[in-house]
Amino acid sequence: MAKRIEVSDLNIYYGNFLAVEGVNVSIEPRSITALIGPSGCGKSTFLRSINRMHEVLPGARVEGKVVMDGQDLYGADVDPVNVRRQIGMVFQRPNPFPTMSIADNVIAGNRLNNKGMKKSDAADLVEKSLRGANLWNEVKDRLDRPGSSLSGGQQQRLCIARAIAVEPDVLLMDEPCSALDPISTLAIEDLMAELKERFTIVIVTHNMQQAARVSEQTGFFNLNGVGQPGRLIEFNPTEKIFSNPDQKATEDYISGRFG
Amino acid sequence: MSTATQSTLQASSPDQDPVRVEQRLPRFAPLGLFLAGIALGAGLSALTGFSVTSTIIYGVILGTLAVYVASRAVEGRRKATDRLVTSLVTTAFGIAMIPLVSLVYTVLDRGLARLDADFFQASMFRVVGEGGGAYHAILGTLIITALATAISVPIGLMTAIYLVEYGTGRLKKSITFFVDVMTGIPSIVAGLFSFALFTLLFGNQVRLGVMGAVALSVLMIPVVVRSCEEVLKLVPNELREAAYALGVPKWRTVVKVVLPTAIAGLGTGITLSIARVIGETAPLLITVGLITGTNFNPFDGRMATLPVFAYYQLTQPGTATQAFLDRAWTAALLLIILVMALNIVARLISRFFAPKTGR
Ligand SMILES: Nc1ncnc2c1ncn2[C@@H]1O[C@H](COP(=O)(O)OP(=O)(O)O)[C@@H](O)[C@H]1O
Ligand SMILES: [Mg+2]
Repeated sequence: MAKRIEVSDLNIYYGNFLAVEGVNVSIEPRSITALIGPSGCGKSTFLRSINRMHEVLPGARVEGKVVMDGQDLYGADVDPVNVRRQIGMVFQRPNPFPTMSIADNVIAGNRLNNKGMKKSDAADLVEKSLRGANLWNEVKDRLDRPGSSLSGGQQQRLCIARAIAVEPDVLLMDEPCSALDPISTLAIEDLMAELKERFTIVIVTHNMQQAARVSEQTGFFNLNGVGQPGRLIEFNPTEKIFSNPDQKATEDYISGRFG
Repeated sequence: MSTATQSTLQASSPDQDPVRVEQRLPRFAPLGLFLAGIALGAGLSALTGFSVTSTIIYGVILGTLAVYVASRAVEGRRKATDRLVTSLVTTAFGIAMIPLVSLVYTVLDRGLARLDADFFQASMFRVVGEGGGAYHAILGTLIITALATAISVPIGLMTAIYLVEYGTGRLKKSITFFVDVMTGIPSIVAGLFSFALFTLLFGNQVRLGVMGAVALSVLMIPVVVRSCEEVLKLVPNELREAAYALGVPKWRTVVKVVLPTAIAGLGTGITLSIARVIGETAPLLITVGLITGTNFNPFDGRMATLPVFAYYQLTQPGTATQAFLDRAWTAALLLIILVMALNIVARLISRFFAPKTGR
């Protein structure tokens, strides 16, 4: 079930370094929200703080609130492991588990958590998730081959299949297409358009055409200078951002007059 | 300009050449020159009373010089330096091989005599002269080494996991430091530690196989920690993050993602650390002692082990001196074979357990 996420006054630190400051945003369910902005402005950092992946780095911490369905994800009694089960993530570089077959990669979320599954249920879940990731037809004859035997674009879709197999409510994607060729990129964009029926999707992208093509809402991150914290400068419907943004900085960035 | 004229121009005028054409020595000339140098060296050696050693020393120097001078004259300075360094590196390799080859040759030469079925079947029980064997010592070495492995691997592997996956700050730094210190402990000190420990616990005159295993563990643990730590560090962080992002707790990530990914390297490292301690003599000499009969129980009395067996055969030969010396050499040969087999096993592990890419 897709869910709404409300972020308020979020400050994100690496040790003493304030990387992202004062983010307030509301992410709509069943839609795609794109985050754009120059390198180093904190898009990945912000994304990773939504599912509490930020804090796995030593010294990394967060102030503020991230509320999903009325529940503060940073509340004292919330287990980060449970948060990550509800908010899945796809990384920039495809990272299938090298020791597992394609099928085992897909159900890794269940297997690694020792969820007992009947063989037939497991096979159904593999097929359903791979179909969901538009990969079934390409790999159905070699499900027991290693996941690393696939091409880069296929590996990335395998990672998406792995993420949706645990039935999260939200899917975070950090530049999922930056390591892929244009055809694989299109395949993944089509996939996102299908997935947004079921999930809330947040995607970081460097590719402004991609943001314009796939997203309903767009957030623009920027920073004033090196060593300064990144900020969410503008958050608006994608059409507005790309036609008539409120902020001068946004307009400069999307029209390429940057730096 | 047509391509044909261009290429003739290139060959004739060096200034315009995009790629300089260089004079090369004919393919077998360097080898020929080197052999000529060796021959000259043999001649030189014959002047002062011929010997193989002086032939090789003179020959290598003269041969290297000959190749360098010829190359310098024909091929120019860079290529000549390249050839000179190649010769130096090869010579260094040759020098490094001398002790190894000589050792293997000597041990084979003297050890093969007694490498018979009897050696594997008989103990030294009631043997004072010829015959007998190392059955008891072979089994003793295997039992004590297996026990040492059973003690060291859990401790070493878990320490490595702590250092790579969990440790931070002071504690991690000091553990790393003490592991480094442990790597340098002389083996006799490890033996004395175990000796003192068990003497405190069980009184004087205690000699047990397990004392030897504990002493070997002191030597083995730092090696296991170090090699496992290096291997675990090689597991890409992306895999850990992939597991976390699926809602997998950290300890499960370590057990089910990190360890399986690193299994080949871990197996190799552990096998090599066994090879490192299997030939230790001093700590076993003072903790386990030696007996002539067979004792399978490491918790009851003295045991025989191959290195200590070899030591006593060599230092306390009975009346049939040659028989004792032969047995010592054969025990040494067997130890070398064991270590070599362990190295081969390590290679096989890293070959067969490495993650398959499927390409
Ligand atoms: N592991 C880290 N440790 C310390 N600082 C980091 C780390 N990762 C990112 N940063 C800093 O945080 C800021 C934001 O980085 P990031 O979120 O990766 O930017 P983006 O994804 O927008 O390119 C940068 O200044 C970067 O140097
Ligand atoms: Mg990034």
